[in-house]
Amino acid sequence: MIYGLGILKGLGVTLKHFIYSYIEDVRYLFEGGRYQPQHLPARQGPRARGVFTVQYPKEKLPLPENFRYIPFLVYDTQENKIKCTSCGICAKVCPPQCIWIVRGTDPQTGRPKPEPEAFYIDATICMSCGFCAEFCPFDAIKMDHDYELSAYERYESLLFDLPRLLKPDTYHAQIHPSDWARELAEKEAEKAKKGEKAAVRS
Amino acid sequence: MTTPTKTKAAPLAELKGDLAVLKERFGDAVQPAEYEGVVIANDVLVEAARFIRDELGYRYLSSVTAVDYIQEGYFEVVYHAYRLEGGGPLVFKARTPRDVATVPSLVPVWPGADFQEREAWDLMGIRFAGHPNLKRILLWEGFYGHPLRKDWKEPYYEEEHKPFSSRWPSGHHIRAEDRVFWHDNVQYPLDWDPDQAEDTSDELLYIGMGQFARADTGERVEPKSLRTERLVVNMGPQHPSTHGVFRMVVTLDGETIVRLEPVMGYLHRNHEKIGERNMYLQNMPYTDRLDYICSMSNNLGYAIAVEKLLGIKPPERAEYLRVIMAEFTRIVNHLWAIGFLLNDLGAFFTPALYAIEERELILDLFEEASGSRMMCNYMRFGGVAHDVSDDWIARAKELVYNRLPRAIEELDRYLTHNELIKARCQGVGVLPPDLAVAYSTAGPVLRASGIPYDVRRAEPYSIYDRFDFDVAVRYNGDVYDRYLIRIDEMWQSLRILRQALDQIPKGEIQAGKKQYMIRVPAGQAYGRVENPKGELGFYIVSDGSPNPYRYHIRAPSFINLTALNEMCKGHKVADVVVILGSIDIVLGEVDR
Repeated sequence: MIYGLGILKGLGVTLKHFIYSYIEDVRYLFEGGRYQPQHLPARQGPRARGVFTVQYPKEKLPLPENFRYIPFLVYDTQENKIKCTSCGICAKVCPPQCIWIVRGTDPQTGRPKPEPEAFYIDATICMSCGFCAEFCPFDAIKMDHDYELSAYERYESLLFDLPRLLKPDTYHAQIHPSDWARELAEKEAEKAKKGEKAAVRS
Repeated sequence: MTTPTKTKAAPLAELKGDLAVLKERFGDAVQPAEYEGVVIANDVLVEAARFIRDELGYRYLSSVTAVDYIQEGYFEVVYHAYRLEGGGPLVFKARTPRDVATVPSLVPVWPGADFQEREAWDLMGIRFAGHPNLKRILLWEGFYGHPLRKDWKEPYYEEEHKPFSSRWPSGHHIRAEDRVFWHDNVQYPLDWDPDQAEDTSDELLYIGMGQFARADTGERVEPKSLRTERLVVNMGPQHPSTHGVFRMVVTLDGETIVRLEPVMGYLHRNHEKIGERNMYLQNMPYTDRLDYICSMSNNLGYAIAVEKLLGIKPPERAEYLRVIMAEFTRIVNHLWAIGFLLNDLGAFFTPALYAIEERELILDLFEEASGSRMMCNYMRFGGVAHDVSDDWIARAKELVYNRLPRAIEELDRYLTHNELIKARCQGVGVLPPDLAVAYSTAGPVLRASGIPYDVRRAEPYSIYDRFDFDVAVRYNGDVYDRYLIRIDEMWQSLRILRQALDQIPKGEIQAGKKQYMIRVPAGQAYGRVENPKGELGFYIVSDGSPNPYRYHIRAPSFINLTALNEMCKGHKVADVVVILGSIDIVLGEVDR
């Protein structure tokens, strides 16, 4: 064995990587350059070669549907109401206990009504585990895809209250298409069941 | 729910197997314990431990921990010892009244008990008589109280158990800092005066560093006229080679290391106390943050420990998904470990980035399956959180069959025969096999020293008994072999992944209904898995309430550090950096 052969072989690997990055550049030359959104899957896929980096914030990787970040509350645009019934399951299951809910009460009867009066999520504490969305029986709280939350101050601006947390269900449908489809299907099934019952009664 | 309920059942009626042999040998000093194992009287504990190690053949002490039975008024120290040939544990326990809180130390029998006993002293306040260096390990000297005792309360203490009643139904947000008047997360004794306080922990540390002792005999020598003087040098806590906030205090004779003591706890958050306040399920995302490179296999370890108590098994598809995730995690971890070992050797970031590129593709799969790249929170009791699509399986196959073998081979070609790496790694940081076992090291560190011990084989969990794979083993026990074994293990992981991805059936991914508040039957369980860094164990004591009564983690990289002093003796400072890199620690897990 010649001394230094191992080092040379290793340098060969580095050289290969170096050259590949240029070959890849040439490949994208007539397709508008490598940093185009349509090339992202190929550049980041299992057959990618050459430079692997993404030019954030100019370029952003597409997020999978399951991606979870600080939760938001779904606002039902069909029926014009907050989907949350303030049952408190999310506040109970939350591991760092960052959800605070004031249950709504009917001013006339004084009984609890299925709508939250106030809803806080302390984003400085939230660990984005996704349990609240997973265990919500009403599909009222969902995990967000918006991960750019930096603020100039860490107290008031990162304590999310009800208006800050509410997002329309159209947004939910857009970022979670298959989850939304499941919800619609369940709604349909329930409607059909009700219709059946009504038909039996009449 | 606020007062701890009794956790005790009737003791086992009769002892079987090795426990019966132990009982026969020691007579009344050995009594059957509740649920599992025996209680050994303190005056024969050391002798019995020798008997267990030498006569019964349980040479490997896996875990030492303590439980505070406040209602019964005693502490219990729990030991789990294993045979290297495989099989279940021999569980033995020692008891001491709460006001005495002393048991004999087992460091003379198993040096690997060193850090674990120090941890029990630090967090539980149990003295180990005869321990050579009984100092606090995760907290600082002078910390007020022992936090894992059931009557100790943290500064922002709110309630004994989650969920806290202040959150619902009238949960107006209160910041934790506003709840205590001093707005600080430190607790002081009533008569404590900050102006009078002195920090003596460093002094205590340096006294023990053998500055004036002979290297061979340890005999104390006063420095006289023109003798060489030893030097105590601090590496860390901010040293770039320490993989996080970790400090090594070394005594140097010239440039040679005479003694090294790791100082840790800078990232300590008392994970175990948090875990005892949490409900069972709430601990799952916290386990992600232990060894944050391998969150999937941490999840698996915790799920297995709790499932042992619950007595449930996940459906087939979920079992396969768990194995696939755990083996991908092993590849992720070993790529990371090799990359950063090379960083420590001075090959600054090129190998690390080549390795991380492959890791990135695996993390993409994790993100799609679980929703997060690193904090996966993927496993549930009796299943997994989300199913994966056929497209996912196809992409995983593409990685396993094409991309990863090529990448590992390239890494192998790139580094293994490099003469500089050989010169720096071969013969450095040697850990002989008998010491590797005695120091309770685990994972690649143990197997690189010639002990083919792998929990996946020794005590198969999940469905590992179905797969065809070899336990990688190397025999020199130096840094180079600890590097090679990681390459070997990646090949074995690929073998398992190929089988798992080909065999994975369709079907359910969750046994029974998914619940957020499970009641776990009273009992004790020690669940362990072969994490990429070594044996990760979860010791859980349940009293039948929704929260674990005791939740202990046997952290592999923490216990592997016990052998660091032994590995570093006689080497140079630059070698310490490499040796530490070859153990592959993650401070999230070391400090907990």
